[in-house]
Amino acid sequence: MSLVQISHPTPKPLETGRRYWRSLEELAETPQFRQWVEREFPKGASELLSSSSRRALLKLMAASFGLAGLVACRRPEEKILPLSKGVEHYIPGKPLYYATAMQIAGSVTGLLVEAHDGRPTKVEGNPKHPESLGACSAFAQASVLSLYDPDRSRSVLRQGRPSSWEEFMRFAGEHFRPENLGRGAGLWLLAGALPSPSYEAVRNHLLGRFPEARWVEFEPVSREAARRGAEIAFNRRLETLFDFEKADVIVSFDADFLGVDNPGVRAIREFSRRRAVASEKDSMSRLYVAESRFSITGAMADHRFRVRSSEMAGAVEALAAALGLLPVPPVNYSWAEAVARDLTAHRGSSLVLAGPGQPPEVHALIHLINETLGNFGRTVSFVAVESAPGEANFEELAAALAAGRVQTLVVLDANPVFTAPADTNFAASFAKAATTIHLGLEADETGSVATWHVPAAHYLESWGDLRAADGTVSIQQPLIQPLYDGRTPAELLALISGYKDQRAYDIVRNYWTARWPAEQAERRWRQALHDGLIEGTAAARQTPAVDRQRVLAARRTAPAAGGLELVFYPSPSVWDGRFANNGWLQEAPEPMTKLTWDNAALLSPATARRLGVSNGDVVLVEHEGRSAEVPVWILPGQTDDSIAVALGYGRSSCGRVGRRVGHNVYPLRSGRTPGFLVGVNVRPTGRRYRLVSAQDHHAMEGRPLVREATLRYWREHPDFAQHAVHVPELTSLYPEHQYTEGYQWGMAIDLNRCVGCNACILACQAENNIPIVGKREVARGREMHWLRVDRYFTGAEEAPEAVFQPVACMHCEKAPCENVCPVVATVHSPEGLNEMTYNRCVGTRYCSNNCPYKVRRFNFLDWHKGLEEPQKLVFNPDVTVRMRGVMEKCTYCVQRIEEKRIQAKAEGRRALRDGEILTACQQTCPAEAIVFGNINDPTSRVAQLKKQNRNYLMLEELNVRPRTSYLARIRNPNPELA
Amino acid sequence: MASIFSKSSDAYIRIGLLVLVLGAGATIALAFYLANPQVRETGYAPLQPVEYSHKLHAGDLGMDCRYCHSSVEQAAYAAIPATEVCMNCHVRVKADSPLLQMVRESYATGQPIPWVKVHSLPDYVYFNHQAHVAAGVGCVSCHGRIDQMIVVKQVEPLSMAWCLDCHRNPAPRLRPADQVTNMAWQPDRDPVELGRQIAEAKGIAPPVNCSGCHR
Repeated sequence: MSLVQISHPTPKPLETGRRYWRSLEELAETPQFRQWVEREFPKGASELLSSSSRRALLKLMAASFGLAGLVACRRPEEKILPLSKGVEHYIPGKPLYYATAMQIAGSVTGLLVEAHDGRPTKVEGNPKHPESLGACSAFAQASVLSLYDPDRSRSVLRQGRPSSWEEFMRFAGEHFRPENLGRGAGLWLLAGALPSPSYEAVRNHLLGRFPEARWVEFEPVSREAARRGAEIAFNRRLETLFDFEKADVIVSFDADFLGVDNPGVRAIREFSRRRAVASEKDSMSRLYVAESRFSITGAMADHRFRVRSSEMAGAVEALAAALGLLPVPPVNYSWAEAVARDLTAHRGSSLVLAGPGQPPEVHALIHLINETLGNFGRTVSFVAVESAPGEANFEELAAALAAGRVQTLVVLDANPVFTAPADTNFAASFAKAATTIHLGLEADETGSVATWHVPAAHYLESWGDLRAADGTVSIQQPLIQPLYDGRTPAELLALISGYKDQRAYDIVRNYWTARWPAEQAERRWRQALHDGLIEGTAAARQTPAVDRQRVLAARRTAPAAGGLELVFYPSPSVWDGRFANNGWLQEAPEPMTKLTWDNAALLSPATARRLGVSNGDVVLVEHEGRSAEVPVWILPGQTDDSIAVALGYGRSSCGRVGRRVGHNVYPLRSGRTPGFLVGVNVRPTGRRYRLVSAQDHHAMEGRPLVREATLRYWREHPDFAQHAVHVPELTSLYPEHQYTEGYQWGMAIDLNRCVGCNACILACQAENNIPIVGKREVARGREMHWLRVDRYFTGAEEAPEAVFQPVACMHCEKAPCENVCPVVATVHSPEGLNEMTYNRCVGTRYCSNNCPYKVRRFNFLDWHKGLEEPQKLVFNPDVTVRMRGVMEKCTYCVQRIEEKRIQAKAEGRRALRDGEILTACQQTCPAEAIVFGNINDPTSRVAQLKKQNRNYLMLEELNVRPRTSYLARIRNPNPELA
Repeated sequence: MASIFSKSSDAYIRIGLLVLVLGAGATIALAFYLANPQVRETGYAPLQPVEYSHKLHAGDLGMDCRYCHSSVEQAAYAAIPATEVCMNCHVRVKADSPLLQMVRESYATGQPIPWVKVHSLPDYVYFNHQAHVAAGVGCVSCHGRIDQMIVVKQVEPLSMAWCLDCHRNPAPRLRPADQVTNMAWQPDRDPVELGRQIAEAKGIAPPVNCSGCHR
């Protein structure tokens, strides 16, 4: 008898002949990449990096043991402090949920917020809200951390020195008296977008009282170009609404609608519903993306065309010409004809859109295209936009400031000194106004130079109302008293205008109850608070006719393509800079580059070669005499001669987390073309800067971990996903367990739906008390995210395709980590959970070494050390806060399983319902890509998904039998272009 | 040459070694004894800021546990009642008693009474009252005869081994739902048989895996 030869199955390339790679280093197999693959903990990660020697450490340990022995003799006295008077509905230890809403740059999401003992700890989407549909974004998930930010502004500042509300009120009472201000000439108000009916009522009251005052709405990243495009096409101000669920064919011109161009989540949900395919007979939508920066929308595309942003107008015209709307295209695009044919074949169920960075005339032409395709009223509709009386634009304000015509400038929830276009010279002329008043969450670049800075209330501390894009109004209710005595913008306006109501609650409540019959008012108010929206407030959808002549007349010939272009985009982490002090967002890897704690000039490999730069080289970017220094990051798939750079970094007057993180590129931006600049000069400075990307961390050799096929290939080979790798007949040395009784938890992740938006990472972080570690520690591979989203490239280095794959603990039935733990700290539960018992863990890290999926995270340091008082309030009390020296990983949100189980028992129910338990990542996933449940119940959603032929196990050949499986990605290319 | 050590040195060394071994053994035994939750935890009866007597309220006056510990059926915590609950009666009963000075003060000022926690579990233990009450575990099983205590004393070790004793064999500690707060309840038949019936009727299978209590 001979020994059976057991060897690790060698990875076999996919039948589709694709190779997947995460970075250029991996493609080139550099030694640095090999180190990430071969060492579980990269060099330096395991070493104690402090100045004290090992000997000193041992001495300290001995001393602390001795002292520990002494103190252990006496039991510490713990106190219980009950309330003096009870609070309605409040039961100690039971979370309460309140409906509220938040907005980013005018984009509103309805939320349900969980509060533990009076402190909000977790944000979820409100299923009833049209812009949430139950999901919420990474920004919303992280917003709860900003609430407890100790660096928030805590007091009124007068010329940078601490003052008080009383003093400010005395000043305001005097300053804003009509006798002093007259009709308001010289009074300017600059506000961030805030679509709120009651706030607008206060604003209109103020503008009625001071009719010569001017109102300016300013957002550094806005949909203003799209609105102006609608103005050209329809001769009035309209907001465009898209319905991605009804669209069979979508063509996007530079629109990252699944990513940063849309801080809401509705687009992702609608889009992903059309990517849900149960069998190979189903149909799915087709997405064409023409873009300069490789965005996550581009990663989801079935066809991606690399077009420079400055040449996008030409591409849209080429499509319009192919549709017969224009005589001859100025530039020929080989794909235009085929795309046009596909669109025409799907009249009424197609959708064409442009990014907010594109100029108005491009948006206008796209309206014409959509009208021609019969999409109006189907996939495209419009709602009216109201503007403030006497509304001026930002350029007018800048000119008035420079000319010294602004006496008093009130800035509400905006940071124009940091974010204003450089050509307006705003920062320099800001000081020319005699009195400047800034309301903001932090004493930012604007607040620190304003005459008065007054702290704003966080949205979780505020009463208010918010109007979503479709007109639906939500009441914003506070979860907690303002921690630092902040006021809402409406309160500040009410104060300076002498509005009849002064408190935010009265302002919003009286605004709405005055609109309802008195006998219904109380009931409707309570209903609105409960539901998170006011019934019947959705605006009427319009489908106006396009003024063809105006659209064609507005068309400008595309600027001569020469030199490099520079494209600005809001950061998926810090947006326009407002979330810079949020550590959760800063540490979340940017979806495409996986860069953390930084922005960079993204270049295509060819452009980088031409410029002679590589990752981390600092370049000087110049345009019209203005310049900024930015480090370079090479992103495969980036359009040649196009540089993309994220806004919002390089804050100078910010809290401790975000100060001087990344590089500020606002000094390059022009108000005329906020989306991009043409003809920039780029020069290497010769200096290097350390950029930290998590893309090679936790890499897993070249095995077929992501699997994908085209729709056609899938139809020909329905079981391609299972046959991507040869799985030999598997036997195990360990005894078999029976997992056929009771609940058996499992998860399925649909790669065809995941868009890589990061919301799950942030949701997991908030739910499971996951610490941040900082840039230096991420560089050592010590990041703590339990859930990571791997991004793989496939195809040519210049124009690759990309796939996202969320990876967390797989809860293997034959978990390799369990066998090697010397202290039985990680064991299996009868329900199939791979449990991690922190209290037993001694930190050998053998488990992590033995984990083929690299999903275990070790607390190398005490990441919670030095937390200040308000920061502790963010913790979820249902999850242990781990200390140094302990291993941790995804638990399938076991606290949520147990909570629902106990609830079912208390209700006298035997069985848990399918879908009753939602993991944090599943609950927030805008794409509904993650499904968790009982795989023992054949009718459960997760069991149904696992039965599909796209279902496969990652590294099945190892016989560890993971409980999490994946559904292969399907692409739907146009046969004409394939 | 005279030897350095006398003959008797051997004996001293032997005695010394013996003392060392015995001493070390005794120290370890003492440490284990003191660290035993049965010794370290039980009997803990701290003085409370208000001289509240469970014997008087729950025993002599016969108040139900849930009048004050009202969240025991709905939440993980049984919860110490708000001062308001004390004052429901004490606005009339003993309204001027000097013993209730702190209670009146707390009610007037809104400041909490700093009660001292008696039954304390480590932070990594997620004990849930709701689950145990729903299953039919009597208060007395863990807290002892509270109705006879003037000063509340911990009577059970509340150690993991002690928890697991019951989790592995819950039947003898189960009682009908209406008898959970009855301190003096005695089963009228074989408690094991009764418990088995209750467990079967409710589908009780207490977790003995780690994440049942540690998350």
